[in-house]
Order: sequence, then structure tokens, then C-alpha cells
Amino acid sequence: MTHASEQRMNSASSRAGELYTAALRRPLFSPKAWIALTVVTMVLALLPLLNLVFPAGHTLHVSAYAVALLGKFMCYALAALALDLVWGYAGILSLGHGLFFALGGYAHGMYLMRAIGQDGVYQSNVPDFMVFLNWKDYPWYWAFTEHFWYAMLLVVLVPGGLAFLFGYFAFRSRIKGVYFSIITQALTFAAMLLFFRNDTGFGGNNGFTDFKRILGFDITAPGTRATLYWVTLAVLLGALVLARAVTQSKLGRVLTAVRDAESRVRFIGYEPLGFKLFVWTLSAVMCGIAGALYVPQVGIINPGEMSTENSIEMVIWVATGGRGTLIGPIIGAGTVNGLKTWFTSVFPEFWLYALGLIFVLVTLFLPQGIVGLARRWMTRRQERAI
Amino acid sequence: MSAEWRALHQADAEGPNDDGGPSGQASYGRVNPRGVDTTHGAILYLDGITVSFDGFKALSDLTLDIGVGELRCIIGPNGAGKTTMMDVITGKTRPTAGSAFFGQNIDLTTLNEAQIAHAGIGRKFQRPTVFEQHTVLENLELAMKTDKRVRPTLFSRLTSEQADRIAQTLALIRLTDEAYRVAGLLSHGQKQWLEIGMLLMQEPQLLLLDEPVAGMTDAETERTGELLHELRGHHSLMVVEHDMDFVSRIADGGKVTVLHEGAVLAEGTMAQVQADARVIEVYLGR
Repeated sequence: MTHASEQRMNSASSRAGELYTAALRRPLFSPKAWIALTVVTMVLALLPLLNLVFPAGHTLHVSAYAVALLGKFMCYALAALALDLVWGYAGILSLGHGLFFALGGYAHGMYLMRAIGQDGVYQSNVPDFMVFLNWKDYPWYWAFTEHFWYAMLLVVLVPGGLAFLFGYFAFRSRIKGVYFSIITQALTFAAMLLFFRNDTGFGGNNGFTDFKRILGFDITAPGTRATLYWVTLAVLLGALVLARAVTQSKLGRVLTAVRDAESRVRFIGYEPLGFKLFVWTLSAVMCGIAGALYVPQVGIINPGEMSTENSIEMVIWVATGGRGTLIGPIIGAGTVNGLKTWFTSVFPEFWLYALGLIFVLVTLFLPQGIVGLARRWMTRRQERAI
Repeated sequence: MSAEWRALHQADAEGPNDDGGPSGQASYGRVNPRGVDTTHGAILYLDGITVSFDGFKALSDLTLDIGVGELRCIIGPNGAGKTTMMDVITGKTRPTAGSAFFGQNIDLTTLNEAQIAHAGIGRKFQRPTVFEQHTVLENLELAMKTDKRVRPTLFSRLTSEQADRIAQTLALIRLTDEAYRVAGLLSHGQKQWLEIGMLLMQEPQLLLLDEPVAGMTDAETERTGELLHELRGHHSLMVVEHDMDFVSRIADGGKVTVLHEGAVLAEGTMAQVQADARVIEVYLGR
């Protein structure tokens, strides 16, 4: 081969190289997706304003109930997003994300309980349930929870720390698939039993409720509720962008490779343990934050949040919206919970049957969920256009 | 020598590069891939290897060495111990007796599979195993030799040298036009080449190929032969193959080893081996 042709070839290959570099540096979202995201975010952000500005009865008035409901759905959406990170991308099916959600909720709840001060029924220095137990002082693990920032630290550290520890031992022992799922379920159940006990010091059966204020603001005031709603919206958007950044990176590609062929990943020189642990812990932290945002908006946290059904419902949100799509679980959480709200007001006793039916139908007919269905329609329309 | 290959191997010529050191978790990269000592001209020494499973000797006193840059074909009837030999080299099976060295200095019998892969021995299994949901490009990117720990992977940005290496490998395995295709959609032969490409991205010193043309069409077999020719001299290759036509085509005057009942029966050029009376009796004659 002549020198000139060799040079020509090298420059050709480096031009191809630039293309490959560009192809592997995936954008966060396509321009269209950015626009859609901005529009949806703006509409969602506007709703509490419509509630605050327009009086009841006005055509543009949005009820406080609707705003509170949407705020709650966004917390669920955040939990679903967190679950999709591990299930959709790393193939780790958790049936225990309700635990991380509840732990985040309890961590924030501790602060909210202390913020009640002496305004409880017994006007004591300690929460009512501790008066019941004849406890004069807070147990050691309640230390510093009167500080909001410390409670927020716990919101991140408790679910994150537990997930890290549990994940380390489970992934190191190469526990996978259904065995892993069952263990997460057992862990959540054990935690629920623990939290049901009054002696555990978290209010037992009743959990935490009757919150009065957050950071000095009246927790039931419309302004406070709107602010909590906006914070939730902002966190959900931030989490979506973060999750997308992770899944679009090379690490995201390693995760999907672990999902599809773990032993092969090990063979080409990656240790799956660290990758799984990273995404598992990140997911637990996100789920904990979702719980922490949920508690002040619904005004209660009790061990029921750790029940088996809750964790399984989360899986159904993800499956319905579309596993491994990030945006799908958010849509799925909204859709399923919207249906649930309607169902439980019209035929409350049939909701669980309906939920089961949704899961069966989605599994049979919508393996890619709502997002998959939308994608199929779009490609079909494009094909027709050609 | 093609331009692609010269470019690919520039890094070697420039001496040890940065990522030659420990990569992966601590228990892995203890062996520096650049640290293979091949001053005596051999990349692999197997000496008196015996592997017995419950008294059955899969390998008995197998002695074999492979030179740097050599393309060695291994043939033998079923049960001759070909796969067990590969298992010993890649750390999947421990020999009952004997020694296995990579270069002069790396004792393969003390390392696990991942450490051996990091040391520079790549193995292609019979069944192609590529990441079916990833594009061809992403498959090569994932396989590429680099720091494979969590944080560097999260913040990984492809450098232009790395992109060029991917482009060169794509050209070599003739998958440039399929770069953006999902690997699951490739033909059987293309998947095999992609897997060879993935091995090459890991810059191995020694490549073990287990029946690389099994299940391939004639055209694909032809193409694989060309590919192996291009690799000859740059990598040491060990090809285990049943297809005699293919072996005689790629052996090209190089050494062929015939295994029988766990030991070397004959060694020499294809012509010499084919003329050997014992070989004819146990293998070719049938």
C-alpha cells in the first residue's frame, strides 16, 4: 500500500471515528422531547397557581383536592422512576421498594413530629404516641431530628445505607432474578413487622400523623401545599434528568449489558457488583426522597406503606408505563393511580381485581407498556407516510 | 501489512501506555498486560498438563508451545481434549499436574478467569455471545480496553484515538456498514466476527478461537479465513477446528497440532500431518 493511500485511509477512519464519538455521546433528550418535557412541566406547575389565584366556582379554578392528588401522584412517579432504573436497566426486580419509600417518609416524619412541639393532644414535649408508651424522652435514634437539614440527611442516608449494605451482600453472593426479588420482599415484610411494634419508637400501627407545620409554615395552608407541590415537581424533573444522564452514559450501556448477559460482562473485564450497587443505591435514595415528599402532602406515614401490596403496585406502575423507558413509569404511575382513585370512589371493592387485570393485560398485550404502544403507533404512522 | 493494523498497533510500538496497569477491581488487574515476557519467542507453554475427572484423563501429559505471532491450528477427533485444553489455558479448569505459562513469567494455574482475560488471553466460544440489545458500535465500545471501574465508566468520553481504533476494528471485521445496527439483528457469521472484534478491542496477546466457522455459510467461512490471515503476525492465535478444508486453508504452511486422547499425537505442517500414518489411523482415515 502506498503512503498516500495509507494516509487517505487514516483520515477516512478518523472521520468515521468522529461520527462514532458523536454516536456514543448520546444527548440527554431529543429537541422534541425537551419541548414536550418543558410544556408538561409548565402545565403541571401552573395548576397550584390556578388553585391559589382563582376563587372556587371560577371556571379556571383547580380544586385543592386535585392539586393534592397530583402532588401525591408525582411522589409515586418518582418512586416508579427509581424502580425503573434498577428493573428496566439493570434487570434487578425489586419487590421491596416500598421499604425505601417508607424509610424516607419516616425520616422526614420524625422532623414533622418534632415540629408539632407541644401542640399535640397531650401538650407534651414528646409526640402523643410516646406519651401513650409513658416515654419521657426521645430515644437515641431521634437525636437531632428537630433539625430539618438533619432529617433530610437521614432521608438520603437511611434508605441509601440500607440499600448499599443489603445490595453489597446480595450482589456479592451473585443472588439474581426471582431469588433476589423474594429476598427484597422478605426484607420489606420484616421491616413492616418491626415498625408495627410500639416499642420500636415509630408510632407503631398508627405511624406519624397530625403534622402541624414544616419549617415554621402551617402545613395545611394553601401556600405551603403549593410549595410542596412545586418542590415535588422540581425534584421529579431533576431525578428524570439525572436518571437519563446515567442511562445514556457508558455506565448505562454496561448496566443493560449486565441485564442481558451478566457473565459476558464479567468476561470482558467489568465487575458487575460495583455497577449494580451503584444503580441500586441511587434508586433507593430516589425512592426515599419520594417518600419524604409524600409524607407532608398526605399528612401520614404508617407501616402500611411497607406492605407487600405497595411494593408490587410500584412494579405494576412501571410495567404499565413501559419498563426501561424512564418516562414510561412516570406515565404509568399517573395512569394506574388515576384509575385507582376513580375505582376506589365508584367500586371500591373491585380495585384489587382491576389492578390484577391491568397487570395481566399489560403483560399479555403491552410488553413495552404505554410508551411501547405509542412508539409502535409512531413508527406505523411514519411507515404509512413513506 | 494493512494501514489499519499499523495504526492499531502504534500504541504497542510507543511502549507501555497508561491504561496498561491495573484496571477493573483490585483483585483483577494485578497482572500487567504489557508485562508478558516473551523474550524466548513463545507466548504459551503447556508442559506435562494432566487433567483427570474421576480417573478419566481428559488431558494426559500434554506438552505444547505457541510462538509469538503464530497461528496454530489444533485438530483432533471428538474427546481428544481440545476444549479441556482451552479451559486450562483460560483458568476454567485447573490441571491435576503440569504447568501452564503465558510468556515466561505468568503462571496461568494461579490465576482466575478474569485475571487471565486481563493478562491478555482472549477466548471466543463456539456460540457467539454478543450483547444483542446493543449496537455493533456499542458492543465494541464496551469491550474496549480501558479503565472498567464504575466511576470512570460513568464519566467515560470516547477519545479520538479510541474512536479511531473502533473504526479500524470495524473495517477489519467488515462491519463498518452495520455499526449502528443492533447486534441481535446480525447474521450468525457477522455475530462471530463482532465477537472477534470485541476480543481485539481488549488487545489480547493470545486469541483462542473455538471452532470459529461452525455453522457459517461458505462465503462467511471464506471471509473468516481472510480475517484470520490478517490477524496472523499481530496476535498469537490458537484455532481449534473440525473443518479440515478450513484448517488446510488457514494453516498456510504453519504448524498444525493433532490431539488424540489428551496428548499431542503429531505436529507439523498440514502436509506432514496428513501424511502421518498414526494421524490417518485415528482421525483423517475415518
